[in-house]
Amino acid sequence: MNAPVDISQRISRGTRDGALELRGVGKMFGALSALSDISFTVEPGERRAVLGSNGAGKTTLFNCITGDFKPSSGTIRFFGEDITLFPAHERIRRGLRRTYQISLLFSGLTVLDNVYLACCGVSRSRFSFFRPRRDDAVMARAEELVRLVHLEDVSQTLVSELSYGQQRELEIAMALSGAPRFILFDEPAAGLSPTERSELIEILNGLPEHVGYVIIEHDMDVALRVSEYVTMMHNGRVFKEGKPAEIEEDEEVQALYLGGEDGLGHG
Amino acid sequence: MSVSEDFSNTEKKNEQISWFEKIPSAYWILGMLLLIMPLLVNEFTLYQIFGWTFILGIISLSLMLLAGYGGMVSLAQMTVAGVAGYMLAIFGDSAITTISMGWPWFVAIPIAIIIAILAGTMVGWLAVRTEGIYTIMITLAVSAAFFYFARQNYVIFNGFSGFNGILPPQLFGVDWRGANAFYYLTLFWAVLSYLVVLYISRAPFGLALQGVRDNPRRMAALGFNVTAHRVAAYAVAAFFAAIGGILLTWQSAQISPGTVGIGPAIDILVVTVIGGMARPIGPFIGAFIYVLLKTFSVDILTSIGLSGERFQLLIGLGFLLIVFFSPDGILGLWNRWRNSLGKDPLTGERSENL
Repeated sequence: MNAPVDISQRISRGTRDGALELRGVGKMFGALSALSDISFTVEPGERRAVLGSNGAGKTTLFNCITGDFKPSSGTIRFFGEDITLFPAHERIRRGLRRTYQISLLFSGLTVLDNVYLACCGVSRSRFSFFRPRRDDAVMARAEELVRLVHLEDVSQTLVSELSYGQQRELEIAMALSGAPRFILFDEPAAGLSPTERSELIEILNGLPEHVGYVIIEHDMDVALRVSEYVTMMHNGRVFKEGKPAEIEEDEEVQALYLGGEDGLGHG
Repeated sequence: MSVSEDFSNTEKKNEQISWFEKIPSAYWILGMLLLIMPLLVNEFTLYQIFGWTFILGIISLSLMLLAGYGGMVSLAQMTVAGVAGYMLAIFGDSAITTISMGWPWFVAIPIAIIIAILAGTMVGWLAVRTEGIYTIMITLAVSAAFFYFARQNYVIFNGFSGFNGILPPQLFGVDWRGANAFYYLTLFWAVLSYLVVLYISRAPFGLALQGVRDNPRRMAALGFNVTAHRVAAYAVAAFFAAIGGILLTWQSAQISPGTVGIGPAIDILVVTVIGGMARPIGPFIGAFIYVLLKTFSVDILTSIGLSGERFQLLIGLGFLLIVFFSPDGILGLWNRWRNSLGKDPLTGERSENL
């Protein structure tokens, strides 16, 4: 839809590739079209919010990008490389990360072990038969990430005993493992308390400059404070794109989403 | 007795000050008991009860690694053990001199283990594409196929009668089929396999395997190649099964299609389920109970006036009782008992001092 704009942007930057380029991505579940003709480019280091009501296809889009689903049509490029047909783990090893909306954590393991596993997945030690030593670099990185999300007090606690908010923070720590180049956050603020929300915003804004992300967020307050650009989705299509302020002002968006036909009334 | 010395040496290495006090006294008592067992019991018990327990325990441990940590129930672990036994007979010495190549033990044993690992990896490569009941069916098909192949092939596997006269090497001038020597030989490998599995379970490979069991989709999203990890688990499990298979072949000095039949394949599953799959000690507990039942049920049955041929009935009944009262095996019973220990029997409150 906005492809011509994106192409001209790319041409103006010469040969440099976008971090994430979607071209006509579609996904059919049987006869149901969950996504159709999604095209956009996210530049390296860019922070973008994806908004849309329930069923707009936001999570499906994430699943296509990370390889949980194969898209039915279109291509996905990650830093210039066509990853459309790559298995999920190959995409992750190239620096793509994501968090999940529903908790997909290892509830029988401790917080530190969860983060350690995430760090192992993108390091060569994933097949190691040797337990980590005290000075193990991967373990040190895991401990650092646990501190970053303020979970150091519960690092030896089983994940099943964490509060919901702590589990969301753990999700984020796991997404930051290895050397992420681009992260997909799937509703990281859902179910968080106001304090936890401001902590989340702090963590997101504190990410290294070169790490771009796409964030799905229902809460406009959070979305507009952590993103530079907004993509509105509706019924599996890109509906509007623009700066946060423009989107907030846009009448069509307000009609659709903020004052909502479905009566969601976010914002 | 060199193996017992080896064993106590490894124990001495572990006796560093930090370790020494951490090991619960129950472990010391059990360890000492196992070490001085030859002084306490007769040769039959050493060779048939304990020797067989340790061997079955090692083979079941390979299933515990796959099923407990990896969530993959394979019925082909006895087949992998059998492949190792057959290869030992084919490349090493046996009474069937027309087939056996008679290569020295230090060549034949590594070849047997490598071929068994390859076989186990092949089984895994076939089976990891399936889940749950289909994994069981595929591995059952593999073990049935190997049984019939070994029984009908006379050129390599010597058909129905298989191989006999397969003896362990007379290393250090010890007859390793003597009751004491064989006890320490199997004890050594059982303890070693147990410790290695325990160690791997907390190493990245084992942690990731448990991650794959709990949440394969998430593991892929962390950069793990789930399929490769599962196949690797089959390869590791095959190594333990191969060790068990070689010891099993030495114990009876023979290997035949009966060793790798569908019955024995299911027995390994029964042993593992009876013991419990949650921790690597489970298979050894299960193996001990299984061996006791199998050895003494004939005596029990005849003593109460029933036909001794019905010993399978008693085993089945025992299995049924254990699974009925504790789906997670003896380990599950043990855990519940340990949990109830700290509780006040009337109020159900946990006391602080326990």
